[in-house]
Amino acid sequence: MADIAIRAVRKSYGKTPTLHGIDLAFASGEFVVILGPSGCGKSTLLRMIAGLEEITAGEIAINGRVVNRLEPRERGCAMVFQNYALYPHMTVAGNIGYALKVAGVPKAERLRRIEETAKIVGLVDYLDRKPAALSGGQRQRVAMARAIIREPNVFLFDEPLSNLDAKLRVTMRAEIRKLHQRLSATSIFVTHDQVEAMTLADKLVVMNKGVVEQVGQPLDIYHRPASIFVASFIGSPAMNLFDAHISVHDACLAFGGTKMPIEKALAARLGERHVTVGIRPEQCVVASEARGIAMKVDFVEELGSGRVIHSELGGQPFAACIDEETHVRPGDRIALELPLAHLHVFDRETGRRIELEFEPRSGRGATKRQMLEAV
Amino acid sequence: MIQRTPFANALTYGVMVFGFLLLIGPFVVIMSGASQTFQQVNAIPFSFLPQDRLLENMSAAWTRASLGTAMLNSFVMASLVTVGKVALSALTAFAIVFFRTPLKGFFFWMVFITLMLPLEVRVVPTYAVAADLFQPVRLLISAVTGFEVSVDWNLLNSYAGLTLPLIATATGTFLYRQFYLTLPDELAEAARMDGSGPIRFFIDMLLPLSRTNMLALTTIMFVYGWNQYLWPLLMVTDPEYKTTMMSLVALLPSDNGTPDWNVTLAGSLIIMLPPLIVVAVLQRWFVRGLVATEK
Repeated sequence: MADIAIRAVRKSYGKTPTLHGIDLAFASGEFVVILGPSGCGKSTLLRMIAGLEEITAGEIAINGRVVNRLEPRERGCAMVFQNYALYPHMTVAGNIGYALKVAGVPKAERLRRIEETAKIVGLVDYLDRKPAALSGGQRQRVAMARAIIREPNVFLFDEPLSNLDAKLRVTMRAEIRKLHQRLSATSIFVTHDQVEAMTLADKLVVMNKGVVEQVGQPLDIYHRPASIFVASFIGSPAMNLFDAHISVHDACLAFGGTKMPIEKALAARLGERHVTVGIRPEQCVVASEARGIAMKVDFVEELGSGRVIHSELGGQPFAACIDEETHVRPGDRIALELPLAHLHVFDRETGRRIELEFEPRSGRGATKRQMLEAV
Repeated sequence: MIQRTPFANALTYGVMVFGFLLLIGPFVVIMSGASQTFQQVNAIPFSFLPQDRLLENMSAAWTRASLGTAMLNSFVMASLVTVGKVALSALTAFAIVFFRTPLKGFFFWMVFITLMLPLEVRVVPTYAVAADLFQPVRLLISAVTGFEVSVDWNLLNSYAGLTLPLIATATGTFLYRQFYLTLPDELAEAARMDGSGPIRFFIDMLLPLSRTNMLALTTIMFVYGWNQYLWPLLMVTDPEYKTTMMSLVALLPSDNGTPDWNVTLAGSLIIMLPPLIVVAVLQRWFVRGLVATEK
């Protein structure tokens, strides 16, 4: 159990900066997922916490103790690597017990703890095998057992599931979550897979190009993405984003040849400006021609539980999820209503979110008011 | 490319048989010649049929060239070269690959260019160093104090002199470096997370993982050490330190002596044997170590 504080941490390789000042705080026992596209610096951040990369500037504290100059073994972290990094010449038992062997734990106790740990991950029958004789999922378990046996304060996962096939990934995801509930050590999990991120995280950190875009609970981030990047990165199919214009005079949002009326007061508050508007495909509603925006269906993706139609709005691709009852074929015309309540509006220059609602819902007042002031 | 036509097959076999004869030919001559009598080996035409005099000829060669001492010397020399080389290469490559030091690239290239300087090229300066090891210190002392100190310290007629110059080359280092580079970075990182320091990592991970590599290098180096001729010839004047390759000369019939080539051939057969055994025993790993890394 340990809390982690990351203060103004920077990283550059030579003269190329990769992390531009990261400030994060994780509570003890939290499951944190760091999500971002490849090259955003998420793995670098994780490796800096582990002690495998030097910290160029700023500091990282684990349990209140600054660890910048500590060796990995002194930090109380255990790490699961993307390619497992098992020791190929050792048996499963040897792999799991290596940390204890290095630490000089007597053989009898070592064997007992190896057995115990192997039970947790379900590998008791495989202790004598070499990694080469194991399946991908089993190797993954060995890697986790190797981390568990050290009883670390902090678990670090560096994209541990990306080498597994889709089905195994779902199983292992559930196992990691269960393991966390059982051991309740602070866990930091790096991934580029937003489904993993949404399902695992207590706290989600979205990173892009070496900066933190947004920190929050997964659902919060899904419903209120703080920037265009977060909006487009979270959710599948991805959020539809299109250019729009706010007209104060007409009190409307103009885009793709249509005008959506908005309250005069709101229009006046936002002011005459170009914005980027987003709506999630699952929040578009099929409506009558009179109420909705008419579009031509280009093609349809069948998902079984529903279907995704692909179309165009104002020259930009537009996707919408519809239920399985509504039958459409490529070439059909369909009218979609885009409910104002589900629209996300972003400043086109800064990419930041602009709040539409006037009255903040209870509980989130402060942050929202700040956002309003920022606008 | 696989072609299954009678002509291609015939051609393939033709080339293979030709190559086989080319390689086995001299060996057959040695085998049959070494087992013949003095008259038979000098008969014209030469008979390729082995006879029954092999052991007699061998024992004659053994005493004539005092092969006992020579074989022992060669064996010690080849073993020292092998062990020294493997240890040095494994450690140098370890330093070059796994440590982030500012002059890493420089040191690697310094080691690497010695590949272009085999012993034969640097034999004169190497001899100068080996023959007078104290020289740098003497020069320093005379430059600073003006005194001429005379200390006689050299490596002539010693196992150190025979082996050290052969150990200090880059071939093995390069082989090891290439092997270390195939290991994923995460392996070292995982070991670090598990609390293992560099030396522990070297002993627990790199040594067992590089086993095939080590055996390949052992094979090459043993044969290389055994076959040295020029360097022992320069370093050794004392017959106590003679190596087999030098005794081979003693086995040659002298210009006006009896041309007993059967004894010469029997002697070379004995000398050939140890490296042959090493290769035969280690060849399985030898091929594996050079071709692919064990996954």
